[in-house]
Amino acid sequence: MSFFKRLKNKLTTQSDTVTEKFKDGLTKTRASFSTRINDLVKNYRKVDEEFFEELEEILIEADVGVSTVMDLIDELKDEARTQNIKETEELQGVISEKLAELLDKGDDDTKLNIQEDELTVILFVGVNGVGKTTSIGKLAHKLKQEGKSVLMAAGDTFRAGAIDQLQVWGNRVGVDVIKHSEGADPAAVVFDAVKSAKTRGVDVLLCDTAGRLQNKVNLMNELEKIKRVIGRELPGAPHEVLLVVDATTGQNAMNQAKTFSQATDVSGIVLTKLDGTAKGGIVLAIRHELEIPVKLVGLGEKVEDLYEFDADQFVYGLFSNILPNVEEEESVDRY
Amino acid sequence: MAFEGLADRLQQTLQKVRGKGKVTEADVKVMMREVRLALLEADVNFKVVKRFVAKVKERAIGQEVLESLTPGQQVVKVVNEELTALMGGEQSKIAVANKPPTVVMMVGLQGAGKTTSTGKLANHLRKKNNRQPLLVAADVYRPAAINQLQTLGKQLSMPVFDLGTDVSPVEIAKQGIAKAKEEHHDYVIIDTAGRLHIDEGLMGELAQIKEIAKPDEILLVVDAMTGQDAVNVAESFHEQLGLTGVVLTKLDGDTRGGAALSIKSVTDTPIKFVGMGEKLDALEPFHPERMASRILGMGDVLSLIEKAQTNVDEKKAKELEEKMRTMSFTFDDFLEQLTQVRSMGPLDELLGMLPGAGQMKQLKNVKVDEKQLNHVEAIIQSMTKGEKLHPETINASRKKRIAKGSGRSVQEVNRLLKQFEDMKKMMKQMSNMQKGKKKGGMGNMKFPFM
Ligand SMILES: Nc1nc2c(ncn2[C@@H]2O[C@H](COP(=O)(O)OP(=O)(O)O)[C@@H](O)[C@H]2O)c(=O)[nH]1
Ligand SMILES: Nc1nc2c(ncn2[C@@H]2O[C@H](COP(=O)(O)OP(=O)(O)O)[C@@H](O)[C@H]2O)c(=O)[nH]1
Ligand SMILES: [Mg+2]
Ligand SMILES: [Mg+2]
Repeated sequence: MSFFKRLKNKLTTQSDTVTEKFKDGLTKTRASFSTRINDLVKNYRKVDEEFFEELEEILIEADVGVSTVMDLIDELKDEARTQNIKETEELQGVISEKLAELLDKGDDDTKLNIQEDELTVILFVGVNGVGKTTSIGKLAHKLKQEGKSVLMAAGDTFRAGAIDQLQVWGNRVGVDVIKHSEGADPAAVVFDAVKSAKTRGVDVLLCDTAGRLQNKVNLMNELEKIKRVIGRELPGAPHEVLLVVDATTGQNAMNQAKTFSQATDVSGIVLTKLDGTAKGGIVLAIRHELEIPVKLVGLGEKVEDLYEFDADQFVYGLFSNILPNVEEEESVDRY
Repeated sequence: MAFEGLADRLQQTLQKVRGKGKVTEADVKVMMREVRLALLEADVNFKVVKRFVAKVKERAIGQEVLESLTPGQQVVKVVNEELTALMGGEQSKIAVANKPPTVVMMVGLQGAGKTTSTGKLANHLRKKNNRQPLLVAADVYRPAAINQLQTLGKQLSMPVFDLGTDVSPVEIAKQGIAKAKEEHHDYVIIDTAGRLHIDEGLMGELAQIKEIAKPDEILLVVDAMTGQDAVNVAESFHEQLGLTGVVLTKLDGDTRGGAALSIKSVTDTPIKFVGMGEKLDALEPFHPERMASRILGMGDVLSLIEKAQTNVDEKKAKELEEKMRTMSFTFDDFLEQLTQVRSMGPLDELLGMLPGAGQMKQLKNVKVDEKQLNHVEAIIQSMTKGEKLHPETINASRKKRIAKGSGRSVQEVNRLLKQFEDMKKMMKQMSNMQKGKKKGGMGNMKFPFM
C-alpha cells in the first residue's frame, strides 16, 4: 500500500483514537511548517535557486538535520531538472513524495514491547534534564490505567533530589518505588528492583537512570553495566531501552542516539516537551539513519501528558498541506 | 564526532583556490557555502547564519592574503574574527546592588539546569567574591524541586529559604528577600520553575516575581544542545522579562553549541557563564573566542594561524625561498628552520593542526619522533662552520668526528647527509613546481625526522 493511501486509511478509520491533546500539541509545529510550505509554493511560482533555498530553510528550522535536508534538496533539484519542472506547483507532488520516502519505514512498530503474562522491564536512558523521570511517572500512570501492575526503580542515585522526585511520582500515581540512598550503586538498585518485581509478580518494571552526556565514557560504561545486571537477573530483559530526547535539542540528538545505542541498544525514543515551539525534527533524521522509532511523546508535565506516538500522524501533521490530493478532504483540516 | 570541522571542509573546497595573492569573490562564494553549512550543523539559527554569512562575505572579498596563510586560512580568520566579535567580550561579572542584597533571578525552560546553576553560582560568589548568598526555592511545581535545592544547599553548607509548595512563588520571593535583609545576606538567588516561553500564565508569574523582587540580574539558563528553537525561547524571555545575561549549560558535552550565537544575536545580552559539568564547581567564565572556534569546529587551526603569524618572519621566509631556488640551502638554514618550526610546538601537534593534514597520505600515519629530531640537531651542531656550508667536504674521518661529537653513530650521520642532499634536490623541484615550470608530485618527500 502506498504511503498516502495508508495515511488516508488511517486517518479515516483511526482519527478518533488520536487524542485532542496530541493534536493540540502538534498544532504549532504543523501550522508554521505547512503554512510556510504553502506560502512558499504561492510566493515562488518559479522553481529556482531561491525557491530551493527557502525550502531548505523551512526544513532546517524544524531541526530536521542538515545532511538529511541537503540530500533531499539535491534530489529535488535532480528531479526538477530531469522532469523539466518549472512551476513550483508541479514540484509539490515531488516534494511530498521525497519527504514520504524519507520518513516512511513502512512496518516500523511504535508500540511498546510489553510481554504477555510475564515481567516486562523498561530501562530509561538519556542526557541530563530531558524528562526521563517525568516520563516514567507518566508511563506508570498510563500502564496502571490499562490495568497493569507497575514498579519503579530509582536508578538515579546521583542528582540531588532525584530519588525524592521519583518517589513523588510514585505517590502521585500509586506505584511503589525501589530505592537506595543517594550515592548508592545504581546497578545494585536495579538488581534489587528486578528481584523485587519478580517476587511481587508485577507486570512492568520501569527503571530510571541518572542523566549523562554521551561523551562521558565512564558514565556510559556504568549504563552498560546496569543493563547487563538486568539481563543477568532476568534473561531477555530489558525488553525496551527507551532513549528520552528533548524536542528542543538540535543536531546533538543524533550523537545521543548513536552513542546511547552503542552502549545499550536503544529500542525506541520518547520525544518530550513537544508542547513547546520546538519541532523535534531531528527524530526524522534519527529514524532515517539509525532506524530507531519514536514510541512515546511527552506533551506536558502532568500525569496524563504522555501519548503513544503515531508516526503517520506525526508526519501527516508536519506535512499535511503539501501531501497531494489530501487537502480537499474534510477531515484533513483537523489534523 | 559526527561532523567534520569547518577546517577540513574548507580544505577540500580550497584545493582549487590555493596559492593566490588575493581572496577573490569566487573563492569567497565557495567558501561561504561551507561556512554556512558548518554553522547550521552547529545549530546556529538559520536567520542568524544568513546575516552572518552576508557580513563575512563583504569583508573577505578582496582581502590581501597574509604571507604565511592560504586564502582558506585567511577566510577562516575573518570568519573567526567576526564570530568572536558577535559573541561579545568576556563578561562573567555579576551585578552588585548599591544597597544589598543583590537579587539574581534564574529563569528558563524545563530541565535547562537552573537549579544546578543556582547552586554553582552561589558557590562561585562565595569562593571568588567572598559573598554570603541566600538561595530561594521558588519552584513549587516540579516534584521535589525544593528538595533538590536543599540538597545542594547542604552540600555547600549554605542556607536555603523555602515555604513549601503551597505558597505562590511570588510570595516566596518576597519573603526570601526580606529574610535575606534580616540576616544580612549580600546576595539572593531565586531558583524559579522551568516553563515554556509560550506559557502565558507562567510567564506572567515571572513578571510578577520580577516586579516584587526587583532583581539586579535576570539570567536565562539555556541548554547548549538547544537547536533552532533557541531564538524563539531567548526572544520571548527577553521580551517579557528583560534579561541581563545568559548561562549556557552542559557545554561539557560534545555539542557544537551554536545556540550561543543565536541567543547572543537575538537578545544582545552577554553570556556570563558556562556550565561544564554536574558538580557545583563546574561553572566557568564564558570565553567568546573559544566558543567561536568550537562552533566552527576548527579545533586548533586558529591557534596555528596565530602561531604562524607571530612566529614566521616573512623576510626570512623570502630568503629561504631564494635559497631553495638557487640550491644554496645549507645545514645552517636547515637548523634554523628546524628551530623555528619547533618553537611553534610539538611537531605532531602542529601537523595535526594543519587543516587537511589528515588527508595527505604521507602525513597520515606520521609520528614525528621528537627524539630523532634531537639527534638530528646534535649531529648538525657537531659540524664545523665550513662543513655546514659545504657538506660535500665531509669525508670519512670528519664523519667519525661528527658522530663522536654528537654521540650518534656514523651510519646516522651518513643517513642525515644523504637525506639532506635528497631534500635539497626536492626543494629545487618544489620551487620550480611553484613557479609552474614543472609538474611533479611530492609523493616521495622524506624529511630526516620522519
Ligand atoms: N513542558 C514539558 N516539560 C516536561 C516534559 N517532560 C518533562 N518535562 C519537565 O522537564 C524537566 C526535567 O524532567 P526530568 O524528568 O526531571 O528529567 P530527567 O533529568 O531526564 O529525569 C522537569 O521540569 C519536567 O517537569 C514535557 O513533555 N513537556
Ligand atoms: N553535564 C552537565 N549537566 C548539567 C549541567 N547543568 C545542569 N546539569 C544537569 O541537568 C539536569 C537538569 O538540571 P536542573 O538544575 O535540575 O535543571 P532545571 O530544571 O532547569 O532546574 C540535571 O541532571 C543536572 O545535573 C552542566 O553544565 N553539565
Ligand atoms: Mg531524572
Ligand atoms: Mg529546577
